[in-house]
Amino acid sequence: MMEFVLGHYNYWIVVVLMMAGFYTVISRGNLIKKIAGLNIFQVSVFLLYISIGNVRDGTTPIIAQGFQHYSNPLTHVLILTAIVVGVATTALGLALIVRIKEAYGSIEEEDIHLQDNSL
Amino acid sequence: MIEQHLSILLVVIPLLAAPITAILPRARIAWLLTLLITWSCLLLAVWQLQSVLDGNIISYELGGWAPPWGIEYRIDTLNAFVAVIVAAIAAITLPYALRSVEQEIDPRHIPLFYTAFLLCLTGLLGITLTGDIFNLFVFLEISSLSSYALISMGRQRQALTAAFQYLVMGTIGATFLLIGIGLIYSETGTLNMLDLAGRLPSVFELRTVHTAFAFIMIGVALKLALFPLHLWLPNAYTYAPTVITIFLAATATKVAIYVMLRMVYTVFSIGFAEDTPLNEMFMLLGVIGVLFASLSAIYQTNSKRLLAYSSVAQIGYMVLGIGFGSVLGLTATIVHIFNHALMKAALFMAVGALIYRVGSSHLRDWNGLGRQMPWTFAALVIAGLSLIGLPGTAGFISKWYLVSAAVEQQNWLIAFIILVGSLLAVVYVWKMVEVLFFRDANTSTAETREAPLLLLVPTWLLVLANLYFGFNTELTVDIARSAASMMEASAP
Amino acid sequence: MKNNLILRITAKLLIPFIILFALYVQFHGDFGPGGGFQAGVIFSSAFILYTLVYGLETAQQIIPLRILQILASLGVLIYIGTGVVALLLGGEFLNYSVLADAQITGQHIGILVIELGVGITVASVMIMIFFSFAGRGRQ
Repeated sequence: MMEFVLGHYNYWIVVVLMMAGFYTVISRGNLIKKIAGLNIFQVSVFLLYISIGNVRDGTTPIIAQGFQHYSNPLTHVLILTAIVVGVATTALGLALIVRIKEAYGSIEEEDIHLQDNSL
Repeated sequence: MIEQHLSILLVVIPLLAAPITAILPRARIAWLLTLLITWSCLLLAVWQLQSVLDGNIISYELGGWAPPWGIEYRIDTLNAFVAVIVAAIAAITLPYALRSVEQEIDPRHIPLFYTAFLLCLTGLLGITLTGDIFNLFVFLEISSLSSYALISMGRQRQALTAAFQYLVMGTIGATFLLIGIGLIYSETGTLNMLDLAGRLPSVFELRTVHTAFAFIMIGVALKLALFPLHLWLPNAYTYAPTVITIFLAATATKVAIYVMLRMVYTVFSIGFAEDTPLNEMFMLLGVIGVLFASLSAIYQTNSKRLLAYSSVAQIGYMVLGIGFGSVLGLTATIVHIFNHALMKAALFMAVGALIYRVGSSHLRDWNGLGRQMPWTFAALVIAGLSLIGLPGTAGFISKWYLVSAAVEQQNWLIAFIILVGSLLAVVYVWKMVEVLFFRDANTSTAETREAPLLLLVPTWLLVLANLYFGFNTELTVDIARSAASMMEASAP
Repeated sequence: MKNNLILRITAKLLIPFIILFALYVQFHGDFGPGGGFQAGVIFSSAFILYTLVYGLETAQQIIPLRILQILASLGVLIYIGTGVVALLLGGEFLNYSVLADAQITGQHIGILVIELGVGITVASVMIMIFFSFAGRGRQ
């Protein structure tokens, strides 16, 4: 039992972060908090990928003298791409929030719904 | 020499044109460049389809690295068919776009609009052509990010909130897909679709693979706007610029259906999906989607929102076709991908012509316009009849195959529900026809003339294509049937 | 922030080193952690620090927005251009081996040029994003 919990600690961290991020996206009304939650959700996925690429007794996947075992470099490269995608999504989301603030005067979801439904 | 590089040129040419369009100074030049690019993409896509029609498969290795270590573009009949649909819709929308975009978008931003359009086209074509699942995720994100930006350029301020809602939901969907990809990578060690199909059967029983399958299905279903994950679609289609509604309604969800087909049939191979309740879920959600969305469409007063709900219903039909799990069902889905692209694009183009003249998409502003704009009205009626499934139009062919697939499995309830869906479509199409033809004109719109030629010609091209493919079904049905049997045959 | 002496002096001292570090990360991407994206972000952070301390107008005199737009497009074009050059020289898209006589040299050149394209685009886009957000409140 303890081995199950401690041996898979990386998966536990991934699950906690994923649920925290997802819950923030769903429950918070402030648009910036939604973007922050989305970011936490994406970071948990990055941790998932990198942690499964780790090789026991392996070092960072850069060729250096004196090391035989390296961790899997493919997962690192996949995560680089995913990080860039996450940055682009965040930038686009924040730009939309700036425009929404100018158009509606507020970044709270309830206020925006009220203004739209009163049309 | 172009022959051997066809597949990659389809992605490289719009990608090369996009940064050039971003720095062009004038709107007309940007439009002209985009027009040339989309037309050349269409030619390349048709050439590619002809090369794979007799059953051979094109395999293109990027960077000279052999698969499964390198990224591979793998083209078979299904791929090439969907690529032709995307390129054709883009090519037809561009002449339409000249007037429509100039009316709806700030002239300083029009070059950037076309840049985002080209990036969206690159993303969609990349999704259809690639044979590597991580490459699929990257292109999916490219097309999604550019569509978020494009949707937010609509005239009303609700376009911004619609784009934001789509951004949040779309990113969650893509991240679910990423989780699924990571989990199957951890069990097989490869990202190439064909290699995965070879390696996954030995690890089918593992819970990781089941979880990965669930994540991938939910992620793709979000992009697909499968009921109940369709909430982003009505707002996004209603408030986007008209050209973007036309383009996305006819391509984005179809490409997502293609991704679903690839995942279920090629990557996971049908043997896996049959052990899960996937087929029953698809049939259930498809049927509920058809009924719920058609009913919602009837109550709408905004024409674009009405057609958006109709799109959700049609996606329900396509998913229903997958849910049958037979060659006939798959043929129905693939044929419907083509026919729905034609129908919806024609409908949204006709609606867009009305919006161009009147400036509003609400039905109450459209009283009696059908008599003043006869060509647009006729286009809308014919496209609407195709949506309902009248014999002689393209829509009838898809409905015919769907009902045949239901009857083949003795599932009379589903066949009945498909027909009920068509009846509901009659109601909401009649709603638009009645407002346009049988009411007296509003005083404010009494002077509107017919839509300009540049808007009418693409609309009528699509309407005539609807009629043509309703009578001459050889091309589409043969391609669909060969693609469907190829999918079924790849089962171990 | 222009009137705060400590901030001005510290920024002036740090900015050249940040840029130097960015160039180091850029060109050592194939030997150590680094590459185009990371270098681009670090490079843009130098300019953002300058903008924070000295103000938006001064920064925009150094890099006008038009130059940034052209640089952003240029980076993408360098990337795709390398791939197309590989196509024209007879290999597949992005096949670096055909870029030079020896395979290793070709790979080296290919990766360097591509990362350079990525770095240029990322740096200019990051600076553009910051300028757009910062310039918004003034309207």
